[in-house]
Amino acid sequence: MPTLTYRDALNQALREEMQRDPGVFLMGEEVGVYQGAYKVSRGLLEEFGPMRVVDTPIAELGFAGIGVGAAMAGLRPVIEFMTWNFAVLALDQIVNSAAKILYESGGQIPIPLVFRGPNGAALQLAAQHSQAWEAWLSHIPGLKVVAPATPADAKGLLKSAIRDNNPVIVLEGEMLYNTKGEVPESEHLVPIGRAEVKRPGREVTLVSYSKTVGVALKAAEQLAEQAGVSAEVLDLRSLRPLDEAAIVESVARTNRAVVVEEGWPHCGVGAQVVDVIQREAFDHLDAPVLRVTQADVPMPYNKQLERLAKPTPEKVVAAARRVLYLD
Amino acid sequence: MATATAQTAKEQSHVELERRMLRQMLLIRRFEEKAAEAYALGKIGGFCHLYIGQEAVAVGSLAALRDDDYVISSYRDHGQALARGVSANAVMAELFGKVTGCSKGKGGSMHLFDVERRFMGGHGIVGGHIPLAAGIGFAIKYRGGDQVCICYFGEAAVNIGAFHEALNMASVYKLPVIFCCENNRYGMGTAFERVAAVTDVVEHACSYDMAAELVNGMDVLAVHAATQRAVERARGGGHPTLLEVRTYRYMGHSMSDPLHGVYRTKEEVEEQKKRDPISQLALKLKEEGVLDDARLDALDAEARAEAEAAVKFAEESPDPDPAELHSDVLAD
Repeated sequence: MPTLTYRDALNQALREEMQRDPGVFLMGEEVGVYQGAYKVSRGLLEEFGPMRVVDTPIAELGFAGIGVGAAMAGLRPVIEFMTWNFAVLALDQIVNSAAKILYESGGQIPIPLVFRGPNGAALQLAAQHSQAWEAWLSHIPGLKVVAPATPADAKGLLKSAIRDNNPVIVLEGEMLYNTKGEVPESEHLVPIGRAEVKRPGREVTLVSYSKTVGVALKAAEQLAEQAGVSAEVLDLRSLRPLDEAAIVESVARTNRAVVVEEGWPHCGVGAQVVDVIQREAFDHLDAPVLRVTQADVPMPYNKQLERLAKPTPEKVVAAARRVLYLD
Repeated sequence: MATATAQTAKEQSHVELERRMLRQMLLIRRFEEKAAEAYALGKIGGFCHLYIGQEAVAVGSLAALRDDDYVISSYRDHGQALARGVSANAVMAELFGKVTGCSKGKGGSMHLFDVERRFMGGHGIVGGHIPLAAGIGFAIKYRGGDQVCICYFGEAAVNIGAFHEALNMASVYKLPVIFCCENNRYGMGTAFERVAAVTDVVEHACSYDMAAELVNGMDVLAVHAATQRAVERARGGGHPTLLEVRTYRYMGHSMSDPLHGVYRTKEEVEEQKKRDPISQLALKLKEEGVLDDARLDALDAEARAEAEAAVKFAEESPDPDPAELHSDVLAD
């Protein structure tokens, strides 16, 4: 199996789906001539031409709306946001148009559309460029939301998203673009709504997604080395729909859980996961479920402060030790 | 002789078109009057924005379109839906929230849809649907089609960013879209000149290197002719047009709002009614000797009967099944 970066896995998914379906096109800022702000679209303009790889002005609301309109007329747009921070300007189109037109038309007009781009904090980009939007987006009925952690899942989920007949939000990790992993060739589809155990364990479940999967895996290693604890790492992969069965199945075995998320604590994705656990696995729990989140502050620029604000393996280890009553 | 016959046939078909447009305007007028009654009786809920006074805009412009062209509108969408051929029954049933409505009772007054007639919705956020029109235009061009998309919005939408982003991109990408601004002078209770630095909407087209035309929206034939020119530009080479159609709404912004008072006078409304688009067209046809009072009364009676039948149909239609609550959230 070839080893690819997360970036190239996404590129491969786009290329394969554009080859497969002439209705698929890519639109966004710098996707064509410049080859993509993060080079996810490298080579696509040369292969597919300017009608299918479309550079836009800096007008997120406008080109997100063009995507929705094109989907209404039956195309399969992939709309790239340079980052999800800028997509806030397009929320009206995502929330009021993409997510609602099928319902308010009484089922007449599906919106087969992908909105994708990097989400979450990178390094020292400060408050406006370091935000995790998954709680906002996962709140909305009519949308699907995926957040792949590995190159293989990035490829498989993006391909599934493009083929889906609904608006799908693909949250990519800016810090993940250079990470490498084995990626199956061609028809590799990861179903939306299916979590995966990335490291099996027996004593505590670390629920994670996107960039926090890596944080949880490191924490699991440290727990094994430092305390002989067997931690399971569950990668949600999809945040809407949420694979509730996989969460319950894991917690029913381990009896303890820590949720590791990139967003802020208040009304975050982890709160939803905790709701599932208390509702469906109450009798299996041996300790309250804890959450490791970004600090409840706008992201600071200073390197030390930024590190303090982010979820880290050490914070996850500390939370796991608490639910195991080791401290 | 052949030329004379052709000329007569052409005139005849134009008279037919004018009569058809008169009939459509009458239907919209009578339909909206019935909707107002039903709203007052509590049979229609929520927001309900009536089209009375603006009939010539939808009727004149849509008469210039083909069946395979696309139409998209704001929340003041009853007139366009009816002029596009969505049945009065399906529109009224939608206003009543019934399952026989054109959106199965799930959209209501502001969200009329009929995909078979390429009626791509009424949309409720001011200006939010203008980029959607550009997207539909993009899809037409992408496929190499020769359809056009017409997009209706009020003058108040011109102050929102979505309008400017959409016009810029439609011009840059050369999309076959007709942006039809129905300037009825007031955004709810705010006169346009109080909130717009540039009060001639057509002037905005200069910023986007776009063709534009100022149109008398109380003259259905002027609207029809201007739209025909815009359609020609769009079909041929994908050149978008901004039409500013000056019109007037006789009713309040929505059924919950006053007809006049703090923001406009009763006298102004009465003065505007003298330009009534239906009366003007009827008068013209009578002067030309192609319509008499009896024929006009018959057309009006037909329109009234159709609107009344629509109310009856809506009243007798069932509510959506409770299971409909959870359907249509996601497509298969």
